[in-house]
Amino acid sequence: MGVEGIGARARRKEDKRFITGKGKYTDDMTVPGMGYAAFVRSPHAHAKIVSIDASAALDMPGVDAVLTGEQLVGDGIGNLICGWMIHSKDGSPMNMGAWRALEPEIVRHVGQAVAVVVADTAAQAKDAAEAVMVEYEELDAVIDPVAALEEGAPQLHPEAPNNLIYDWEIGHEAAANAAFDSAAHVTTMEIHNNRLAPNPMEPRAALAVYDTAEEHYTLYTTSQNPHVARLVLSAFYNVAPEHKLRVIAPDVGGGFGSKIYIYPEEMVCLWASKRVGRPVKWVCDRTEAFLTDAHGRDHRSVAEMALDADHNITGLRVKTVANLGAYMSLFSSSVPTYLYATLLSGQYNIPAIHANVKAVYTNTVPVDAYRGAGRPEATYLLERMMETAAREIGMDPAEFRRKNFIRSFPHQTPVIMCYDAGDYDTTLDAAMKAIDYAGFPARKAEAASRGKLRGIGFSCYIEACGIAPSAAVGSLGAGVGLWESAEVRVNPVGTIEVLTGSHSHGQGHETTFAQLISERFGLDMDAVSIVHGDTDKVQFGMGTYGSRSGAVGMSAIVKALDKVEAKAKKIAAHLMEAAEGDIQIEGGELKVAGTDKKLSFTEVALAAYTAHNLPEGMEPGLKEGAFYDPTNFTFPAGTYICEVEVDPETGKTEIIDFVAADDFGKIINPMIVEGQVHGGLTQGIGQALLENATYDDSGQLITASYMDYCMPRADDLPAQFQLSTHETLCPGNPLGMKGCGEAGAIGSPPAVINAITDAIENNALDMPATPEKVWQLCRAQMKMAAE
Amino acid sequence: MYETTYHRAESVENAVALLGGADDPKILSGGQTLLPTMKQRLAAPSDLIDVSRIADMHGICEDGNAISIGAATTHAEVAGSDLVKARIPGLAKLAGGIGDPAVRHMGTLGGSIANNDPAADYPSALVALNATISTTKRKLSAEEFFTGMFETALDEDEIVLSVSFPVAEKSAYAKYPNPASRYAMAGVFVARHGDGTVRVAVTGAGQNGVFRSAEMEAALAANFTPEAVAGISVDADGLLSDIHGSNAYRANLVTVMAKRAVAAAG
Repeated sequence: MGVEGIGARARRKEDKRFITGKGKYTDDMTVPGMGYAAFVRSPHAHAKIVSIDASAALDMPGVDAVLTGEQLVGDGIGNLICGWMIHSKDGSPMNMGAWRALEPEIVRHVGQAVAVVVADTAAQAKDAAEAVMVEYEELDAVIDPVAALEEGAPQLHPEAPNNLIYDWEIGHEAAANAAFDSAAHVTTMEIHNNRLAPNPMEPRAALAVYDTAEEHYTLYTTSQNPHVARLVLSAFYNVAPEHKLRVIAPDVGGGFGSKIYIYPEEMVCLWASKRVGRPVKWVCDRTEAFLTDAHGRDHRSVAEMALDADHNITGLRVKTVANLGAYMSLFSSSVPTYLYATLLSGQYNIPAIHANVKAVYTNTVPVDAYRGAGRPEATYLLERMMETAAREIGMDPAEFRRKNFIRSFPHQTPVIMCYDAGDYDTTLDAAMKAIDYAGFPARKAEAASRGKLRGIGFSCYIEACGIAPSAAVGSLGAGVGLWESAEVRVNPVGTIEVLTGSHSHGQGHETTFAQLISERFGLDMDAVSIVHGDTDKVQFGMGTYGSRSGAVGMSAIVKALDKVEAKAKKIAAHLMEAAEGDIQIEGGELKVAGTDKKLSFTEVALAAYTAHNLPEGMEPGLKEGAFYDPTNFTFPAGTYICEVEVDPETGKTEIIDFVAADDFGKIINPMIVEGQVHGGLTQGIGQALLENATYDDSGQLITASYMDYCMPRADDLPAQFQLSTHETLCPGNPLGMKGCGEAGAIGSPPAVINAITDAIENNALDMPATPEKVWQLCRAQMKMAAE
Repeated sequence: MYETTYHRAESVENAVALLGGADDPKILSGGQTLLPTMKQRLAAPSDLIDVSRIADMHGICEDGNAISIGAATTHAEVAGSDLVKARIPGLAKLAGGIGDPAVRHMGTLGGSIANNDPAADYPSALVALNATISTTKRKLSAEEFFTGMFETALDEDEIVLSVSFPVAEKSAYAKYPNPASRYAMAGVFVARHGDGTVRVAVTGAGQNGVFRSAEMEAALAANFTPEAVAGISVDADGLLSDIHGSNAYRANLVTVMAKRAVAAAG
């Protein structure tokens, strides 16, 4: 591949195996004697389990065992945990109900596992799972999070009276109230953020192998963070101590957050592999994925914005009810709190903010982080408020934003975050130029001549990435530190393996991470391997989510590279009898400045391992590790502008143009960044126009297949996205990176909805903007115009 | 999927014999609905009798003033047929808009109409073009054939062999697809026949599957322009209502699609 440095559009090293079908995913793993698991799942949203009769299932061909929650609890397997403690505003800790991997007493959502069958084949296991007779006594269910808080609502957990998990606040209520008391204008909106099913291309899967001789477990699984999985499985679920458990996350086909968590099924496979005495494999089907993968979003908010007579924002008040589903998933508690309300200041100078968040149990599948995690909810709320306020005061939406931009850094917001760097004017200008904002009225008139309603909508987003400083998140309730580790192993022949605690499930780390090494030592990309996803190879790591692999994971690699470079220079200086400070690395060689003396990187590496002639006291070998803990979050930001045409006869929205001007700090590989933005925008447009995980009143998920759950497709998108990037370096990490993995999904939904509401001149629109909803609003608007 | 036994029928006679000899058989003709249903364990036929390789059930030919299409002919073959494109362009366009390329290369005309999904595209073309369905037992008009949602006049042991589409003077199909499944939420096939009569057949919207709009037909017979149907609404009461669209929205789509089909027919 040659030498590819920072900023090169290097083609992805991993694509050859993916495109030729040679990727190795969990379902591709096969071990001798392997059995297959199938889960018996609740058809009810809320019910008491009266009895479980497995006798018929046990008599079926190939069936080894039927295991239930009673056995799981009897074996001392722990409850599933939530790893972030949130305290209510009265100081009390969050109210958490028990979540067992197989439920023995009361099921609380459709699809919850109550038993598992292990059989010789997957088909036998599924047949037998249907033959397990479970008698239920149905209970009333509650699906709507606001209704769940009302008196007399069905109660899910005795630990959480009124289904309230926490009643949390941030900011200064009195200061915010004062701003409203003296406001010249107040904008008020009720804003819903629709519920999404994550839908990674590869469904979850697990293969658990128990070695009786070593009393050791191996778990192959679809994880974004195998070390965290091992830690949780060991420390909380009592499956095995850490040194007796190896977790391998091989090629993983997308996660978007949904594969951060430790789910019941993976844990049950591990437990069953020992109990049944054979390796156990489980592969989730698409219906199970809809029913059991943690969903995303699902907020109901009321927001108020105060402006002074000069159109400066003086205050923001937000009340949000967040639906967390039937149980608290691993990071669920942090999403509608520290990942959401801390971003409510956006790109704007808002002197006073107060937000109150109530997290609520309902009889739906758990809700947790999904691409953006809290930040899309904050951005959607704030950017709809900005557009609406601008319309109400009769100001251009771009100028209203510009008037309130933060321009001096560091900037302390009233909601914890301290923005380190940014230039919001530049991205706004770039986006407005790219979309030809001045030409919009002419385009609108031309569309009207064709019977189409054309609209334009803005979104100036900011997000917090690279989570995050361990001490800071610890003080906010996180159960783990959020640093990253790296180890750079130079082999005696000069090739390099980089072990990283980050995990790639589509991000292209094998390419971007290798570019760092290729540039640093002038080595061919093919001389570098990136090793990840195996707890036996990589000592520890925190995994990949929250757009942290660049800003945190690569920073750890940089630190380890610094150490390797220093040692290599010492060896070279010693061998060439030069001063260490005169050694320069260039084109794969270590040279003595100003002379023609040089050694190849390979020669230096070999010298480190032959150890025949090393500087006095130096240990042999060339291998260095580093842990990197950032000092702050990073703050990617940018402006998105969407231009749509609505067909008033059908309500169909067509996205004509979409412009994204992003500031991601330093970019390692522009092509991969563009891919991330394309994917993020597509998911955001999916949320805005198409996707909606919908339960009926009895708690049945009625969007449990692609016949009803509408994923975005190529023809739902504009012919091309107009992308540009504008670099202000992040001062907090060595490369100045900010992260780009979630921005598209965070920034795009309000741009789309603002464009539609501009086109139809009616603001009463919630996501997804389905054709029927838009058609109804068009009709209402026409009626009003006629009257 | 539950266990099943697969048979590849060599001939129509062979298929009929296999059908008679099985417990709970299903005919497989492309399988674009049946196989996903079986994979979800929602259907469990004892035997699958695959008729898609029977040579006599394939092909497209001119038959007087009609186009005859074998039941095992794929949607892609109909969409790509020069004969269909020249004589009944609305039918070629309809076939080219079914599902996605993978579906169109596996799914067949006979399989689609025998399933009679209320949101399938083909039933509207058969009814509007007044097609005749030939089976192993008889010939049926389209309106005799489609009897209700997922219901046809076919006997358990009866197989569709071909469909004969009279060539219309003008014809066109306009559909508004369900954003998720891409089946029709409302699909309207409009045909003006040589004798001056007009047929308007609607799929995707009706609770009982495909239906005709007599009011639109009369209006178009008098004045074959989009404006003629612009003010005509079908009764929302008999229409489907689900998370993707209420019956009132579907009623609106029927009018809009009828207008667009007439405009496309020229």
